[in-house]
Amino acid sequence: MQRKKECVAMLLAGGQGSRLYALTNNIAKPAVAFGGKYRIIDFPLSNCINSGIDTVGVLTQYEPLELNEYIGNGQPWDLDRAFGGVHILSPYQAKKKSSWFEGTANAIYQNMAFMQKYNPEYVLILSGDHIYKMDYAAMLKAHKATGADCTIAAIEVPMKEASRFGILNTNEDGSIYQFEEKPKQPKSNLASMGIYIFTASKLFKYLTEDDANPNSSKDFGKDVLPAMLNAGEKMYSYRFSGYWKDVGTISSLWEANMDLLGENPAFDVGDPDWKIHSRNPLAPPEYIGDTAHVNNSLVSLGCEVEGTVINSILSSNVVIEEGAEVVDSVLMAGTVVKSGAKVVYSIVDENTVIEGGAVVGEDKDTGNGIAVLGRNITIGSGVKVAGGQILDKDYKGE
Amino acid sequence: MAHSAVGVIFSNIHDENIPELSRHRTMASIPYGGRYRLIDFALSNMVNAGITTVGVVTKYNYQSLLDHLGSGKDWDLARKDGGIILLPPYSDETDTPYNNRLEALKGITGFLNHRNEEYVVISDCDGIAHIDIADIIAYHEEKGADITMAYHEEAGKIDQSYFLTFAANETGRIEEVQISPKTTATSKSNVYINIMVINREFLLNIIQDAVTRGLTSFGKDILTKQVDSLKLYAYHFSGYYAGINSLQKYFQHSMELLDKKTRDELFGARDIYTKVRDSAPSKYADDVIVKNSLISDGCVIEGTVENCILFRGVKIGKGSVIRNSIIMQDSVIGVGVELDSVITDKNVVIRDRRHLAGCAELPFFIGKGRMI
Repeated sequence: MQRKKECVAMLLAGGQGSRLYALTNNIAKPAVAFGGKYRIIDFPLSNCINSGIDTVGVLTQYEPLELNEYIGNGQPWDLDRAFGGVHILSPYQAKKKSSWFEGTANAIYQNMAFMQKYNPEYVLILSGDHIYKMDYAAMLKAHKATGADCTIAAIEVPMKEASRFGILNTNEDGSIYQFEEKPKQPKSNLASMGIYIFTASKLFKYLTEDDANPNSSKDFGKDVLPAMLNAGEKMYSYRFSGYWKDVGTISSLWEANMDLLGENPAFDVGDPDWKIHSRNPLAPPEYIGDTAHVNNSLVSLGCEVEGTVINSILSSNVVIEEGAEVVDSVLMAGTVVKSGAKVVYSIVDENTVIEGGAVVGEDKDTGNGIAVLGRNITIGSGVKVAGGQILDKDYKGE
Repeated sequence: MAHSAVGVIFSNIHDENIPELSRHRTMASIPYGGRYRLIDFALSNMVNAGITTVGVVTKYNYQSLLDHLGSGKDWDLARKDGGIILLPPYSDETDTPYNNRLEALKGITGFLNHRNEEYVVISDCDGIAHIDIADIIAYHEEKGADITMAYHEEAGKIDQSYFLTFAANETGRIEEVQISPKTTATSKSNVYINIMVINREFLLNIIQDAVTRGLTSFGKDILTKQVDSLKLYAYHFSGYYAGINSLQKYFQHSMELLDKKTRDELFGARDIYTKVRDSAPSKYADDVIVKNSLISDGCVIEGTVENCILFRGVKIGKGSVIRNSIIMQDSVIGVGVELDSVITDKNVVIRDRRHLAGCAELPFFIGKGRMI
């Protein structure tokens, strides 16, 4: 008997994330650090394993090295399996042609052989740029119950933002009668979350047809979904009402980090019933010193805090020296803030050093925006970095 | 070459020294330093020296140890060849489980016979040190020793029921081994720290010899009596060493981790591996005071914490003041609680507004899972 998997997940992780600027200079967006000890991709991967889906293809393209290394054999997510498990799928050279992934649909099409190996009945398509907890098993159950060919997860967004999304116009039973990609005048505020479950045979059929169509841009939202709808396939929406946040921009990444704070956080990463798995740093517990002052913050393993930390997220092995101050900021692993330096309303990438007396960022009330420092750089002592400024090289002032 | 060595860790030896914490577990699985178990230090020393096969000798109460070690993957010891190999006691109807180290070694001759490494590194779990085992092996080879034993210098009176000291000549060869000699406030002793390197074939011969001659004690019958005929060498370890041989020492040495020098020495140069739990980063609420403390992942702090070690998943309620204390994994401290010099084992619940205090010499101990 051929072994099979009922549902295989395909995670689109090839995006450049250009709106994250310096943070994605050398890494793919799903590898960007989040919430102290996580990376964005931990969320869809944890959702998969927590939903009982143990076969995941991760499609990479842009700067995949760090992402590949992070995923490794999938062990941190319990995805190291003899049959199934997590697999990195990168563009490859074939006998007849070789090409980069051209669009989301083309990326999946090029990896048809991977999916077919598991002979799945259903395929779950995910993207690697959102922070959320979702039970895909419940969605799959709904997909089976409606007998749909394609189920699209959907969430209500504020009406004024609806034109940024793919909007689903649905009947009362949740079936979709119209799909509008970024409409100027949206009819509803039910937005596609970019999470699709397809009945596998239908997916393979429409991907093959889409690939043969020279006029197609090879995109799920623009081409494949409308084609299926036009052909009269059964398409249903699946309502999701929990926390769901796109972290594709500097400000949304900052906001999502801040959503972890507070007594009743908008998003709880410590939920014992829905663990977020990640590759854990090898570090001792954090040390909070005699002169430290830590308020309303998340602090990760290996940190040494002697200064002041307020409303901030510290990743592992961050050092805050005595007299240094960090407010409203996200500091990624290995950042050092030296004595007398101040970091306000900023995102600082890995292993960057802020020398004594430097001031990075400006109070968020000034409206000048979030200051961003790339990885492995040094901000000279006494230097001032303005709010909204983005630096990816050493900076010693003008 | 460390690949030429196999590790053997004794998980139960000296359990009786610290009955409070070893009542439900082995010495090896006693929690330490916020997110570790004692065995993590011995295991990490071996892994960091390139040892890829470690036999863990168990006797009783080893469920928590099994849970902690799992497949060994967190130490990179889930291997096809070797890795972590648990060695529970071997006994049949006529035989009782081992009573001493020699009998325990006799029980693992099968394991030792099947390996082909040249050396065996034998370690206990009651010492916390960052020690370069590859260097001990190099020393052992250089001296052409049968057995090399690591020691550290201890000044003053040694308040311990059983320990070995030795006197070595200028070449490092041990000329005399003493069992628990009298010590005074002014004495200086070379105290064995329970890590030895021994040639594997030689160890197998010793075990065979002990069986035929009815010897029972490694210390008494072999080391002290055969010191002239054996090539015993002493390896001096000068770094930070914390011997955990009583609850008081446990408390005292734990608190030494609040000193940056100690942390740098233990954790700085190399990694200490431990079981991964996937806890969230620890969370500090508004208006909390945390000073001079080690805080592990998954903690939620809403009160005051000073000079403390908090293990993973500890919750400190609003208005509570916790000082000079060690709070183990998943313990929950309610609202308005005051603790001073307290050790809580895992999963302890302290109800609202309880006040408890011990002192540095005698910390107040609360057993696993208790509710107060």
